Amino acid sequence: MEALTSLLAGFETALTPINLLWALIGVTLGTLVGVLPGIGPALTVALLLPVTAKLPPVSAFIMFAGIYYGGMFGGSTTSILLNTPGESASIITALEGNKMARKGRAAAALATAAIGSFIAGTIGTLLLTFAAPAIADIAVQITPSAKFALIMLAFVTISATFGGSPLRGLLSLFVGLGIGLVGTDLQSGQARFSLGRPELLDGIDFITVVIGLFAIGETLYVASRLRKGKSDVIKLQGGATMSKADWRRSWGPWLRGTALGFPFGAIPAGGAEIPTFLSYTLEKRLSKHPEEFGHGAIEGVAGPEAANNASAAGVLVPLLTLGLPTSATAAILLAAFQQYGLQPGPLLFITNGELVWGLIASLYIGNVMLLALNLPLAPVWARLLLIPRPFLYAAILVFSTVGVYSLNNSVFDLGLLALFGVIGYGMRRFDFPVTPAIIGVVLGPTAEAQFRTALQQSNGDFSIFVTQPLTAFLMLCVLAALFVPQLLKFRARRAS
Amino acid sequence: MKNKKIVLTLAALLLAAPATLAQNVNNLRIMAPASPGGGWDQTSRAIQTVLQEQGIVKPVQVFNVPGAGGTIGLAQLSNAKGDGSLMMTMGLVMVGAIQTNGSKVDLSRVTPLARLTGEYEVVVVPAASPYKNMADLVAAWKTDPGKTAFAGGSAGGTDHMLVGLLAKAAGIDPKKINYVPFSGGGETLAALLGNQVAAGVAGYGEFEAQIKAGKLRAIGISSAKPQAGIDVPTIKSQGLNVELANWRGIVAAPGISASEKAALVSALDKMHASKQWKDTLKTRNWTDLYLSGSKFDVYLKLEAARTKEVLQSIGLVK
Repeated sequence: MEALTSLLAGFETALTPINLLWALIGVTLGTLVGVLPGIGPALTVALLLPVTAKLPPVSAFIMFAGIYYGGMFGGSTTSILLNTPGESASIITALEGNKMARKGRAAAALATAAIGSFIAGTIGTLLLTFAAPAIADIAVQITPSAKFALIMLAFVTISATFGGSPLRGLLSLFVGLGIGLVGTDLQSGQARFSLGRPELLDGIDFITVVIGLFAIGETLYVASRLRKGKSDVIKLQGGATMSKADWRRSWGPWLRGTALGFPFGAIPAGGAEIPTFLSYTLEKRLSKHPEEFGHGAIEGVAGPEAANNASAAGVLVPLLTLGLPTSATAAILLAAFQQYGLQPGPLLFITNGELVWGLIASLYIGNVMLLALNLPLAPVWARLLLIPRPFLYAAILVFSTVGVYSLNNSVFDLGLLALFGVIGYGMRRFDFPVTPAIIGVVLGPTAEAQFRTALQQSNGDFSIFVTQPLTAFLMLCVLAALFVPQLLKFRARRAS
Repeated sequence: MKNKKIVLTLAALLLAAPATLAQNVNNLRIMAPASPGGGWDQTSRAIQTVLQEQGIVKPVQVFNVPGAGGTIGLAQLSNAKGDGSLMMTMGLVMVGAIQTNGSKVDLSRVTPLARLTGEYEVVVVPAASPYKNMADLVAAWKTDPGKTAFAGGSAGGTDHMLVGLLAKAAGIDPKKINYVPFSGGGETLAALLGNQVAAGVAGYGEFEAQIKAGKLRAIGISSAKPQAGIDVPTIKSQGLNVELANWRGIVAAPGISASEKAALVSALDKMHASKQWKDTLKTRNWTDLYLSGSKFDVYLKLEAARTKEVLQSIGLVK
């Protein structure tokens, strides 16, 4: 009840014309940086920090929150239309979303992504409003060994993204794991595979890998095919909205995606990526049309998109209640709080109630704005595909290059980008799936860090992976995911 | 006639030029050797704001060269020989990174200007921990160094160095310590709140909210004297002779003239004396550790030597 009164007061703060304007600027900017490859919400907020120092904190945070949510909405657009994800959290969306776009159903895919993001964002914000302290207390109890078990679960279910051949999928995954090893080892401080280059000591930014393998690889591939045969201009069909069947098939994934995404956002080092992988696998298993997966199944867009937006709301839980940043953007938001001499944590709700509740209220408003902005835009974005390929991909090439350069202002990174572009082209040419490689880059380093941290905390005792109840339960799930399908297959064969 | 006049004027201008340069710096550029949003970036932008708004230097531009604990930026600065309008923020973290990364360029290759701000480190334990002070913690630590896990930032960073210094002062082999590094402040905090480690080390600001809320207990601060507004006893007062500040400073390009160096130092002196700078320190919770000119040159050398020794003792550097 107390939360409700505070929230209403928050709406009073957020609904002033000037703060509504900041929210609108934020969501528009956020959508834009979400669409552009490489430039994410974290970088945008960081660059805006010095500019906003003179704004009242409430207005600045309302704008930052808009950028954050907007980035999650916008990231799916290029994923679906061009098979070039703008953010790591929308890699999975490209799998089914782009297939849908190629069938002319781009508008429906964009719509299910936008509505799913809205629903997940709103449910997530509700949970943030009414249950934040309780969730945050549980989230910090998740031990490194449990996190390691969770990532193992993600690993064993990755085969869902392999496409046709498990061998090619595994090979791609290991390429990704290898790339993830480059850089200074966190535990020992020693350099690995850095080839004596100081630029490689911090590891390879996975945004460079994502953009190289996807955007540049795709561009090279399209270019190599341009003169072969007639160009397959995609016909737009099915209108701007989702059909009845689309709705029926989307609402389940939206809710399940939300349920997966929110808790992951709240866990330190949880991230927005793992829940999207899990959501995709889950939807594929649950779907009544598993044969459609890999050919444009709407569930494969609806679930992961809901998951990544719900995790964005989840990230704010430990940030506001504990001052604990669980993602790159959250770390920058923490810096923004400090710029105003504010310290997020248990006391923030008491000392700066107006700011916190104004910010939370603005999240509801931002979500509505984003839906209003993105839904009508879906058919407009979809028309992007009617632009002749050479112009379209030239633009992608320019934006990708600028995006990667802006990460570190480093020419070395551009060389890496070109290298991954060529690898991405080769993988497409020889029919290796790209997604497992990205999953390896994202999850590999986290898995290693959690595994070693767990062992350090137990002073080298491996039993830590079976003695903690949550870890043990997750490990059982891993074993079940590995062996139950084989067992069922074996039984079916014996029966026949 | 006319030509002669122009030539004379030009000559006069040229003669006058060095004198004016020594007093004023124009078009100053500050390199933040880290990504936007981080500590060095925030420091650079705070300097920029005060220098410009106090009219000390105009205009000031900040640019980022992130990577490898700042050593990529350092290498770039060392190549800008004789550029009197370029500065770079740096700090203890860079001194350590030069060692752990085996950087080819070290701080002897640039021109030190001043130490600006800093933050002291605190040792904290979870609220439920049996340890009430440093003596309790050290007693348990001595019985089984491996079982007493310390959480902190990345390996070889300031937090790790403090744990190494504490071990040495307590008579524990620094190579035996169980230091659990986390990549961000968030995870360290989570490990503490979740009672997964015995103790944690970080800058005071990172734990402040939790300490004030009673969720963490601060048992020692790494300053020489108790700090105003911080109700934590010093580590030194508890019998361990350890002092460490995570300081940030500023350096200039190598090979600049003495007058160019003097101009930069005087601009920083003016900035430090301004009320706006003091207010900035207050809102940001930065401790004033200003030290400029030759005193800073000496300090930098001492810190480099001490850092090397600590990192060797914990086995990170040969």
